[in-house]
Amino acid sequence: MNPGQFLLTAILLSSFIPGIIIFSLPEEQHRLRTILNLCGSIIKISLVLVMDAAIYYGYIFEIRIPLIPGVDFLLNADPLSALFATLSSVLWLLTTVYAVGYLEGSPNRSHFFGYFSLCVTVTIGIALAGNLVTFLLFYEMLTLTTYPLVIHRGTEKSLRAGRNYLIYAFSGGAVFLFGVVWLQAVVGPVDFSATGFSPSYLDSHGTVLILIFALLIIGVGVKAALVPLHGWLPQAMVAPAPVSALLHAVAVVKAGAFGIVRIVLDVYGAQNLLLLGCLPLLTAVASITILYGSVRALQQDNLKRRLAFSTISQVSYIALGVSLIDQPLAVIGGLVHLVHQGLMKITLFFCAGNLAETLGIHRISEMHGVARRMPLTMTAFTIGALGMIGIPPTVGFISKWYLGLGGLAGGNWWVLAILVVSSFLNALYFLPILSRAWFGKQERPWPEELYIGRFETRLMLLVPPLVTAFTVMAAGLVANAQISPLTWVRFIVREYGL
Amino acid sequence: MIFFTTETPAWIVAPVVLPLIAGLFCFLFSHRTFSIALIAALLNFLAVCFLTRQLILFGPMHCHMGGWQPPLGITLRTDGPAVLMLLMTAVTGLGITLYARGYFSHRMVTPVRSDRHRQQQRYFWPLWMLLLAGLNGLFLSNDIFNLYVTLEIVGISAASLAALSGKPASLLASFRYLLVSLLGSLTYLLGVVFLYRSCGVLDLDLVQNLAGDGVEVRAALALLSVGLMLKTALVPLHFWLPPAHANALAPISVILSALVVKGSFYLLFRFWFEVFASIVTSSALNFMGTLGAIAILWGAIQAIRQHRLKLMVAYSTISQLGYLFIAFPLARVAGNAQLWSIVIFMALAHAFAKSAMFMAAGSVYLHLGHDRIKDISGVRSSLPITVFAYGIAGVSLMGLPPSGAFIAKWMLLSSSLASAQWWWALVVMSGSLLAMIYVFRVMSRFFVIPAGLPPDTTEPLSPLMEWPSLVLALISLFLGLLAPWPLLILAEGSTSLAQVFPGGMP
Amino acid sequence: MITTLLYSLTGMVLFGMGLFTLIVHSHPLRKILAVNVMATGVFLILVATAYIPFGKGAIDPVPHAMVLTGIVVSVSVTALALILACRLQETSNLDLRAKTKQSSNTKESGT
Repeated sequence: MNPGQFLLTAILLSSFIPGIIIFSLPEEQHRLRTILNLCGSIIKISLVLVMDAAIYYGYIFEIRIPLIPGVDFLLNADPLSALFATLSSVLWLLTTVYAVGYLEGSPNRSHFFGYFSLCVTVTIGIALAGNLVTFLLFYEMLTLTTYPLVIHRGTEKSLRAGRNYLIYAFSGGAVFLFGVVWLQAVVGPVDFSATGFSPSYLDSHGTVLILIFALLIIGVGVKAALVPLHGWLPQAMVAPAPVSALLHAVAVVKAGAFGIVRIVLDVYGAQNLLLLGCLPLLTAVASITILYGSVRALQQDNLKRRLAFSTISQVSYIALGVSLIDQPLAVIGGLVHLVHQGLMKITLFFCAGNLAETLGIHRISEMHGVARRMPLTMTAFTIGALGMIGIPPTVGFISKWYLGLGGLAGGNWWVLAILVVSSFLNALYFLPILSRAWFGKQERPWPEELYIGRFETRLMLLVPPLVTAFTVMAAGLVANAQISPLTWVRFIVREYGL
Repeated sequence: MIFFTTETPAWIVAPVVLPLIAGLFCFLFSHRTFSIALIAALLNFLAVCFLTRQLILFGPMHCHMGGWQPPLGITLRTDGPAVLMLLMTAVTGLGITLYARGYFSHRMVTPVRSDRHRQQQRYFWPLWMLLLAGLNGLFLSNDIFNLYVTLEIVGISAASLAALSGKPASLLASFRYLLVSLLGSLTYLLGVVFLYRSCGVLDLDLVQNLAGDGVEVRAALALLSVGLMLKTALVPLHFWLPPAHANALAPISVILSALVVKGSFYLLFRFWFEVFASIVTSSALNFMGTLGAIAILWGAIQAIRQHRLKLMVAYSTISQLGYLFIAFPLARVAGNAQLWSIVIFMALAHAFAKSAMFMAAGSVYLHLGHDRIKDISGVRSSLPITVFAYGIAGVSLMGLPPSGAFIAKWMLLSSSLASAQWWWALVVMSGSLLAMIYVFRVMSRFFVIPAGLPPDTTEPLSPLMEWPSLVLALISLFLGLLAPWPLLILAEGSTSLAQVFPGGMP
Repeated sequence: MITTLLYSLTGMVLFGMGLFTLIVHSHPLRKILAVNVMATGVFLILVATAYIPFGKGAIDPVPHAMVLTGIVVSVSVTALALILACRLQETSNLDLRAKTKQSSNTKESGT
């Protein structure tokens, strides 16, 4: 085993082993559990950072285990994997801290944190997967490990949401499997590579390949919540807030979006897709999703539901970016949004969780004057919301800027139009919340005041959103610095030779 | 000892003789039954491992019993599929032996009717050992009449085991089971007679060479197949299976569902693709595939509709058996080697997963005193390992990666797409989705947090009832990652397979 | 030749009769007898197969060995089936069909 393989294994095991140990811990051992969780995530972050550095200097990571002829288990870290892995491991640490605070005193915590760790292991597995089969393996595992989290509360409502989630996710998985097998039947085994499969199949199997592309995109589109495959996501917000944060910002939705990026860039490859000419379809679906999600978000009064529809809309920026593959700037905008959307959305969900946990606020109509009671939480929320709208200097502006530039460079004026309309809609559904919270007057007592103490809420709930909100600002301000998501994405795009 | 070097084929008899002797001892000494059975199961496992190693080193082995050569003598032989089925039986058998120990000792402590439980345990061990011997004989035997005898041994011991609980429903189910099994064996025997009339030999290798494609041989194959399909519970001949499997005692349900049905399927497959491969027609293959497809869908839909956990698991067996048959029509494209690997992976994965699942269902039943699906909430906190095992086994039944069933389904899908028979692929996919529904319908009930604390009166289950099920479930889940080894054994076991994977195995 | 054919046909008829009874009749004892008749049919065909006209060579011993084994199996299975049938009769005096109905009713409540 060479050092690279050792590092990849260690990255996976650094959350897997704590997960397994946590399962076997008795419920009362919460101190040991917290220590395990935190140690695991800190070790993971350090390992991932080492990996990032090595990748930057051109080190090649690969673990290949042949299973049956034509099917390999392949882990392979490239710059794109590094982007997703870093995002997941950093946000995992914050979410863990948050979850420890959030779930204090609730039942079945050892199960919760066990699955939580497994879930992150699987997400990293998705990041590192080197071919479609391995991707599929972790993709299905992701459904399995998140399902217990979604139904963690064990109420009838959460069971219903869980059932829908399963049906959507596994149907998507089945379609995806079908596509993968078919693709392999046509072009043979495909490992992820910067050029995709050989263009020699395009002439003989053009139509079939377009069909397979559609199948694969539908398969991952379920998790990426592309309209009309988004039905599970708003329902899944019955889960506890850290789970929603995880689902929306790090794991599930992102895995779907990441899958789209992989299929477009690494399986088919830019050149093949331009020749096949099937990308406008993806562009159209992504644009519709962006607008539809925003419009639906406008109608929601439940805060988490509004955020869920906003996720549907925002994640499609990623798909939109990579679908304009002949424009490197648009691709940069899409890819960097993978990170930026994660940062912003996790902030918003943390804040929504704080409101619910501290004051029992679930609805926007209950938020009058809440900023006076919880100024720090609402500051973080405001930064996240402004980011979503795309106001400089937040990271949201950077994503939209690059997407818009890419659209213009390709002569696609309508991309700019979509961005403007969507930003306008974002403003419509976020600004009223902000004005109500900051300038509104508290009319009724808070629905359920659950926490009274020195700070506005428990410290473990307060720190993570502040950190992420700070990052939302900072990453936007120093976007051109040596180390920033944007720089890394530029590096990725250079690697692909776009 | 010149006779017993590692190269001697005589070791083949060990998996048959060991459990047989153990069964006798269990019958004679009713006090140490568990120890005897455990030792036998362990020795059986070691013997099978040894046979596997022998196969890899020296290739297929033939052992002529008593030194009599065919056509008169009876031959036992090992080859890739046989050894893998033996391995499956040995591993599952070990798990079942441990689980049964936990099961019976748990039931012994409940004061009610413990006499009857003691008696059940007394009969269980010898019958289980006899069944193990019969199954091993079935996988090893190369003589078509000797196979009849092993089928009968398996059938009789299985039916008696199914009756052990002594409740009216299980008595009725096992009576029906016995009759069906008898009908199956008699049909099989009639087939043997037809075959003997036309070839005059009973050894499978000789039959393969001598059987032409006369009417009599075709009739013989039809009769053999019908008899074996009846025993394998292929739709529409499945009616006897759910009550027999669901009403038996928990360890016995495991034996019946995980192992017994595989025996007759294994024979059927051997007949169709080795012995009589030359006379099998495409339409016959398509017919079997269609029955398999109906079985997958029908079994899964029935499983979804059940209100009792054990019945649900039993119907899932019918559905899963369908996958074995859906491989048939792909024979023309896939070739024998791929076909064997599909079937073996499916059979192995199902054996491990289904035994884990039935064990979990049995533990839940014993823990709660019932297995009504709507009332099983709250088990998660009292039986976490069992619930875990159930979940993992369910994942494996759904054929998600990296389970063994996933490998089988992958090969099924790729050969059906390669041969442009995409409808089989659709059936496979919908079967998986239906499996998802019936697995998670139960799983979600496990996760319901019951209102108020459950009355904590039940005896905690012995670890012997929880861990074997988890271990078997994990084996089933990670079988896909271990795929190169079964393929290696398959390839070593027959020369025809080595050609299909040129340049050595992965 | 004609002798063999005659016996074989008789055997087939016996097999068919047994099968018919097994499917149509519901009483356990009838079913057990039916299976026995079927077995006899198969054995008859086997014995007929072994028959070689006088002076045309030795009689083939293999079918006889098979019939002997078959009879042993058949006897033991019959014994087992009878015990099960008795137990069934003890637990309730209803015949099979009524029993089936009951079991399908009790399916939901568990056993």
